Amino acid sequence: MVPLNWYMLLSAVVFTIGVTGFLMRRNIIIMLMSIELMLNGVNINLVALSHYLQDMRGQILTFFVISVAAAEAAIGLAIIIALFRNKATAHVDEVQEMKG
Amino acid sequence: MLPELFFAYFAVTIVLFSIFVVTARNPVHSVLWMLLLFFHIAGLYLFLNAEFIAAIQIIIYAGAILVLYLFVVFLLNLREELKIYRFIGGWPSGLTFGIALLAVIILSIRSFIAAPPGKYSINLIREETHTKALAKLLYTDYLFPFEIISVILLVAIVGVIVLAKRRLKT
Repeated sequence: MVPLNWYMLLSAVVFTIGVTGFLMRRNIIIMLMSIELMLNGVNINLVALSHYLQDMRGQILTFFVISVAAAEAAIGLAIIIALFRNKATAHVDEVQEMKG
Repeated sequence: MLPELFFAYFAVTIVLFSIFVVTARNPVHSVLWMLLLFFHIAGLYLFLNAEFIAAIQIIIYAGAILVLYLFVVFLLNLREELKIYRFIGGWPSGLTFGIALLAVIILSIRSFIAAPPGKYSINLIREETHTKALAKLLYTDYLFPFEIISVILLVAIVGVIVLAKRRLKT
């Protein structure tokens, strides 16, 4: 039996890699993929807790997270296409019109 | 011993592939590493007796979302992307923040106290099959959140069409 702490540690590492990638990368597509990475880290944690606590609620929550991630990916990619049409760039540091 | 070995294989590959995803120079390579990562996460779900979640992980994440990402990467012409530096100027602060966040999360994991186990034991799920047990709960206790999810997907469909449509010249 694998201890529950290992799953929580794995999910924490995947989540942190997602956060770090979001803060470090210049390409906006890879920033969106880092968000997917964070959601997947949370999903691992939810499914592991659901298995170890013998409760289905975690897996139901995973189901909702996956559907919200699908909606988020679609809208994010539409924003990228609109951005590329207006600025012809996918770099976050060249998009600074809304800076105060 | 064997479950630990399986878990170690999945954990090492998942961590390595997620590092490759955020550091790959070419966005196409990044998407393909992500595909491998999703398959391994689905394997981990199978290992946790969650067959239905593993199936929708592959069908929705690997089948739908990643294909969408791949389409957008191919659609945008990112040829000159490959020549310039892939990280933003302030990347050391981002890395420091990530490491500090990991330390905080690990410290908080240590104080985790498990709740008493619920009624969905492995034997009950095996008797009733996993998909049926999940669906029963989803269509009774969680019916209202399920309907809200459908509204969220509708908003996403309308929003995507509004955002990505070419503006008409007036």
